[in-house]
Amino acid sequence: MKKQQNFAVEVEDLTVAYDSKPVLWDIDLKIPKGKLMAVIGPNGAGKTTLIKAMLGLLKPVTGAVRFLDGSGSIRTLKNQIGYVPQSGSVDWDFPATVQDVVLMGCYGKLGWIRRPRKSDIELTKQTLSKVGMQDYASRQISQLSGGQQQRVFLARALAQEAEVYFMDEPFKGVDAQTEKAIVALLKELKEQGKTVVVVHHDLQTVPDYFDWVTLINLRVVASGPVEEVFHEENLRKTYHNSAALLRSVV
Amino acid sequence: MSPQIEIQIIAVIVAVACALPGVFLVLRKMSMMSDSITHTILLGIVLAFFVTYDLSSPLLIVGAALMGVMTVWLTEMLSRTRLLAEDAAIGVVFPLLFSIAIILITRYAGSVHLDTDSVLLGELAFAPFDRMVVGGKDIGAKAIYTTGTLLLINLSAIIIFFKELKAATFDPMLAAVLGFSPALMHYGLMTLVSLTTVGAFQAVGSVLVVAFMIGPPVTAYLLTDDLKHMLILSGGIGAINGVLGYQAATLFDVSIAGSMAVVTGLVFLAVFIFAPRRGLIGSLLRRRTQKIEFAKTMLLFHLFNHESSAEEDSKAGVDTIPAHLHWTEEFTSKIIKLLEHEGYIKLSGGLTKLTDEGRSASIHNYNSLFSK
Amino acid sequence: MNSVIALFSDYTFQTVALGSALLGLISGVLGSFAVLRKQSLLGDGISHSALPGVVMAFVLLGSKNTEILLLGALISGLLATLFIVSIVRYTRVKFDSALALVMSVFFGLGLVMLTYVQKIPNSNQAGLKRFIFGQASTLLQRDIILMVICGLILLALVLLFWKEFKLFTFDADFAQSLGFSPKRLNLLLSFMIVLAIIIGLQAVGVILMSAMLITPAVAARQWTNKLWIMVMLSALFGAVSGIIGTAASSLVPKLPTGPAIVICISAIVVISVLFAPGRGILHRIYVRRRNRILYKLEGGKPDVPSN
Repeated sequence: MKKQQNFAVEVEDLTVAYDSKPVLWDIDLKIPKGKLMAVIGPNGAGKTTLIKAMLGLLKPVTGAVRFLDGSGSIRTLKNQIGYVPQSGSVDWDFPATVQDVVLMGCYGKLGWIRRPRKSDIELTKQTLSKVGMQDYASRQISQLSGGQQQRVFLARALAQEAEVYFMDEPFKGVDAQTEKAIVALLKELKEQGKTVVVVHHDLQTVPDYFDWVTLINLRVVASGPVEEVFHEENLRKTYHNSAALLRSVV
Repeated sequence: MSPQIEIQIIAVIVAVACALPGVFLVLRKMSMMSDSITHTILLGIVLAFFVTYDLSSPLLIVGAALMGVMTVWLTEMLSRTRLLAEDAAIGVVFPLLFSIAIILITRYAGSVHLDTDSVLLGELAFAPFDRMVVGGKDIGAKAIYTTGTLLLINLSAIIIFFKELKAATFDPMLAAVLGFSPALMHYGLMTLVSLTTVGAFQAVGSVLVVAFMIGPPVTAYLLTDDLKHMLILSGGIGAINGVLGYQAATLFDVSIAGSMAVVTGLVFLAVFIFAPRRGLIGSLLRRRTQKIEFAKTMLLFHLFNHESSAEEDSKAGVDTIPAHLHWTEEFTSKIIKLLEHEGYIKLSGGLTKLTDEGRSASIHNYNSLFSK
Repeated sequence: MNSVIALFSDYTFQTVALGSALLGLISGVLGSFAVLRKQSLLGDGISHSALPGVVMAFVLLGSKNTEILLLGALISGLLATLFIVSIVRYTRVKFDSALALVMSVFFGLGLVMLTYVQKIPNSNQAGLKRFIFGQASTLLQRDIILMVICGLILLALVLLFWKEFKLFTFDADFAQSLGFSPKRLNLLLSFMIVLAIIIGLQAVGVILMSAMLITPAVAARQWTNKLWIMVMLSALFGAVSGIIGTAASSLVPKLPTGPAIVICISAIVVISVLFAPGRGILHRIYVRRRNRILYKLEGGKPDVPSN
């Protein structure tokens, strides 16, 4: 069976619950290949949960996630999937240098027990210079600013050399310069035909940064090209009562 | 009064006196500080002993309590350098102070009866031998009066400063804004904990003080959300643990304090399994009934979501629902039957269709998720 | 000086010092992971929880062989860990409270069993208590062999799964997204830490074992920003304190070995926290003062060096 359109990620009837309290309801989502997609919604809408469920970090109650035209699940295709967690999710006082952390991106390809090779170290150097951190390779990670931490996580994901990337709030707490650098990087990934899913907070920048958007609030309110679905009515549905927020944007 | 009764009275007093400040330790995530203090007060006792050379001097208790507060202060100073985590700071400070105490004892107090074993392990059975004599008249075991005083101090401190302690525990910022220093509350509480530990460990030994301080509050924590109830419940559970523990100890002729600790564990286990709302059985049962309710809501929502969409035929078919939602066919037909019976859906030609009630129920369910 | 030379050629001293050094080395390596995972107090908890297992092993098998008692201790330590993990998972009780509860209850159970055993005629239970409270001076060659075997297995496992342990300790979610099961890694690492604690028990005892697990790692952390150097330094600090502590207690009359080791390793921590380059307190004070002068001279620079 040949499909007409190529999908990077297909989510079908995904329901996730914590202690039988639903967090995501019956999510259906198709993300075409080569798109930069923002996931937006109010606090507690389940954005991070959605990403974690797609990555298989959370076990859904029902539903399935397929990657790359249904050629496999997260288990079989884990080396095609890159992940940038929220930078606050780790202890930055861990004894590691920037290079150590970026090298972790190569671990997936290596599998159990095998050690990183020369070529992996080369790769980390390349990805570090892509995020403009080549001079910081031997810097201890606790000495980085918020923006630099975020860049390190991006470099680590780039070292995964994946087809599909999931990023959880990469713009959180970063300086303007880093934000610009990240956006340039996202566009570059798109040029290479990669798909990037980004949890995003700042509604104003959605049209500039992304070409695809999914609005969620426990369920999918709308998903599609930015110019088609990113409008006031959908935003109102997504953000329910926070009218004040809306007025400032639309 | 027979020694048996006296021992039980002491056990109950100690257990309640420990449980009260323990509630705040548990809520402030400082449970392991009690373990630390129980060890370091030994150093306080030893140092005070070198000053007085009298094992019955009240200065020993003062020294022990001061060392308890000092332990807290040292630990916090160390962790405030941010060079190590707070739990690591606890683990660095107390073995050091304890080691100093042991070395001092073995080197300089060897001839005196300051047996580390008796400090660490304690023995309630000997408590009635030490009598309180006033004006030549025996008015009961001394421990009843010392631990009783302790209980009174704890009770009155918690009653008087209840509001302040509550604020400092749940919202230190608010407490600071309202004008009662969280640091003062903190060190006040830690003084209470130290005093209690000193008073209690003569009777039950240091390690088991931890069981009495942490056990009842943790048990009560599974039963209530209210701080006042938690304090009362902890006291009650502590008392029960004391009496039951003593009875078990005489029955099997074993260490009283040890047996009280074991009972503390068993009572916690029982509550852990049988507690009405948070217990293991309760939550398993609830999860089963919720699973059906949850499935019903989920199917309604699923149908609502795909109503009059292009995929409706594939998503809403009686035969295709199991594949989409990853349910067994048996479970699916059960849910469909239930919903049909309640008038939320109807079947037509192998397809499930929402009724008007079903549609509004689904919308209502979704909206109610936001009205928290 | 002669007494030192005489001491180091003494057979008993060699055995005890070797045992303490090995213990310091093993707990230094595994303690690094415990500290980084914010489970420093696990050592304290597990070593207290070992008591009922020791007594039970003695009652059931009637032997006071180190191996058998250690097996009992290991089982009861693992059981305690299981309890702690389940309480944290299934209730809202936090890790520290669960740890305090489980360890004190297990210890109480051990005491109950101990008083019970004391009443069995001809049971000769002397030494059980000492096993728990530790007595480095009673270490035998057999014990050392056992330590070497367990130590080698543990070190080999650390080397083998180095990359995985590092990744898992730093970022468990990312590890899972790469296909390394955090559940399995957690199980393996916890088992290894418990084993390291149990082998150390008979040498330094319950209370001091927690120091052996945490303190070398805390000291080592101050000197380096690389995990492998931290682990090596931690092992070194542990081993050196083991030897110095044993030597001190042999040379100075009435100085117990366990506490002597703890004092030694604690001194290393104090030195590290104060003087470690780049991180230590003195360095910070120096930087603050230099910055103050810098502010005065330059009127404040936008990019004042932060380290």
